[in-house]
Amino acid sequence: MIWLDTLVQGILLGGLYALFAAGLSLIFGIMRLVNLAHGDLIVLAAFLILTIVGTLSLHPFLAAILAAPVMFGLGWALQRFILNRTLGEDILPPLLVTFGLSIAIQNGLLEAFSADSRRLQGGQIETASISLGPISVGILPLMTFLAAIFTILALNHLFYRTRIGRAFRATSDDAVTAGLMGIEPRSIFALTTAIAMLVVTLAALFLGMRANFDPSIGPARLLYAFEAVIIGGLGSLWGTLAGGVIIGVAQTMGAAINPEWQILAGHIAFLLILLVRPRGLFPRAVD
Amino acid sequence: MALLETRGLTAFYGDFQALFGVDVTVAVGETVAIIGANGAGKSTLLRSISGVLRNDPEACIFDGQPIGALPSSRIMALGVAMVPEGRRLFPSLSVEENLLIGAYGRAGQGYWNLDSIYELFPILRERRRSPGTALSGGQQQMVAIGRALMSNPRILLCDEISLGLAPIVIKDIYAAIPRIKEAGASIVVVEQDVGQALRVADRVYCMMEGRITLDGTPATLSRDAIHDAYFGAAA
Ligand SMILES: Nc1ncnc2c1ncn2[C@@H]1O[C@H](COP(=O)(O)OP(=O)(O)OP(=O)(O)O)[C@@H](O)[C@H]1O
Ligand SMILES: [Mg+2]
Repeated sequence: MIWLDTLVQGILLGGLYALFAAGLSLIFGIMRLVNLAHGDLIVLAAFLILTIVGTLSLHPFLAAILAAPVMFGLGWALQRFILNRTLGEDILPPLLVTFGLSIAIQNGLLEAFSADSRRLQGGQIETASISLGPISVGILPLMTFLAAIFTILALNHLFYRTRIGRAFRATSDDAVTAGLMGIEPRSIFALTTAIAMLVVTLAALFLGMRANFDPSIGPARLLYAFEAVIIGGLGSLWGTLAGGVIIGVAQTMGAAINPEWQILAGHIAFLLILLVRPRGLFPRAVD
Repeated sequence: MALLETRGLTAFYGDFQALFGVDVTVAVGETVAIIGANGAGKSTLLRSISGVLRNDPEACIFDGQPIGALPSSRIMALGVAMVPEGRRLFPSLSVEENLLIGAYGRAGQGYWNLDSIYELFPILRERRRSPGTALSGGQQQMVAIGRALMSNPRILLCDEISLGLAPIVIKDIYAAIPRIKEAGASIVVVEQDVGQALRVADRVYCMMEGRITLDGTPATLSRDAIHDAYFGAAA
C-alpha cells in the first residue's frame, strides 16, 4: 500500500510540474520563444501573492485572484515592449534577453524581499485530506492536480474552439500569412505571454502553499518545466501533463527509496524517456 | 477613378533591388493580369501592395488613401485580399477553419460566406473537416481563393493560382473568376501562362527585371510585342 500511496503522491505532484510547464509550452508553441525567465516569473508571482496576502490580509486564493490581472498586464507589456523586439530568424537574442531577465528578476527580488525563505499560509487546507479507498490524499495536492487539468482544458478550448484560438494557431503556423488575414502577430504574441502569466500565477499559488520559496529557486522550476514539456512532446498540453506526472512519480518513487535521490530520479526518468523517444511521447504531427 | 494605383513603386530584399519604379492601376470592376518570366518581380509587386513588404506611404494608393506604409493586417481590413504564391494554407487548421480565418480582420458584408464558397467549390464542403494540407493541389488552391474571398474584398490579388496544377484543374479554378467579378471585386492575376492571362484579363501588364515593359488590352497586344516584353527584345 505504501507504493500505491507514493504513486498517487507522485501523480499529484506532476500536476504542479504541469502547471510550471504549461505557460512555457504555450509561449514556445505560439512563437518558438524559449523563455529562460519562466521559473523566475513564477517566483515573482509568488512574491506578488505574498505581498497582497501581507498588505490586505487575504487568503492566498483571494490574493491570487488579485495578482492574476497584474501578471497578465506584466506579461503583455513584457512581450509587447521587450520580447517582440528579439524575435526573428536568429534564435539567440530571445535566449540572451530572457536569461538577462532571469538574473534581473532574481536580484530585484533579493533586494526587495531578502534571501529568506517564505511561504503562503493556506490555513487548514494545507493539512486537510480525504480518503480515496485505501489511501488518503491531501486536499492541496489534489486541488493542484485539478487546477492543472482545468488549465489544460481551458487552454485547449481557447485554441480549438474559439475565433481568437484560430488566430493563435494560424500565427504559430505562419505569421506572415496570418498578417494577410488581418491578424496582427505582435498583438497575438503579447496576448500569448499575458495568458501564460495567468497560468504562472496559478502555478505560483500552489508552489507557494506547498513549499518554501526564496528568490533563487526559479531556475530549478524552469528545469522541471522544461523536462515536462520535452517528455510530453513539444506542442501538446496533455503531453505536458503526462511529462509532469512522469517526473513527479519518478521523484516520489526515488525519494521513497532514499530521500537524497528525489531530484536525481526525476532527471534520470527524463533522460531515459529521451533515449527511447527523442521527440517526446506525443510529438506534434506537423512541424 | 482607379481603385488601386502604384506610383514609382520600388522594393528591396536587403541590398538587392527587386522593383524599379513600377506604375500600375486597377479600376473598379477591372481584371488586370500581370505576366512575366521567373524572377521578373510579379510576386514582389503583390507583396508590396498587400503590405508584406513596406514602402513609402504614397507609393501605393487604395481608394484614394495612401497605404504604402501600412502593415498587411491594416491593408487587408481595407478590402485588399491576397491569394499568396504557393497557397500557404495553415496546416494546423481544417479546411473550414482556413476559410473562416480569411474573415478575421474584415467580416465585410457581401456575397461571400461559407455557404457561397461551398457553392462555388462544392468539393470543399465534403472536405471541410480535413486539415487544409491533406487536400490535392487543386483543392488547396480552392481553399486559398475561398479564404481570400471570405473577407468580401474590394480587390483580390491572385499569385499564380495555376502553378503546378493539371490543365483540367486550372480550367475549374479559372471558371470561378467570372463569379468573383460578378460579386463585385476587382481582380489582379499574376500568371506565367500568357494564354490564360490574356483570356481572363481586361488589361495586361508585362514585367521584366523589376520593371513594367508593356501594357495594353489583350486585343491590342501582338504576340511578338508580348514576347519581346517578356524575354527582352533581341536588340
Ligand atoms: N525573400 C527574398 N529574398 C531575396 N531575394 C528575393 C526574395 N524573394 C524574391 N527575391 C528576388 O527578387 C526578384 C523578384 O522575385 P519575385 O518572386 O517577385 O519574382 P516572380 O516574378 O514572382 O517570379 P516567379 O514567377 O518565379 O514567382 C528575383 O530576382 C528573386 O530572386
Ligand atoms: Mg512569384
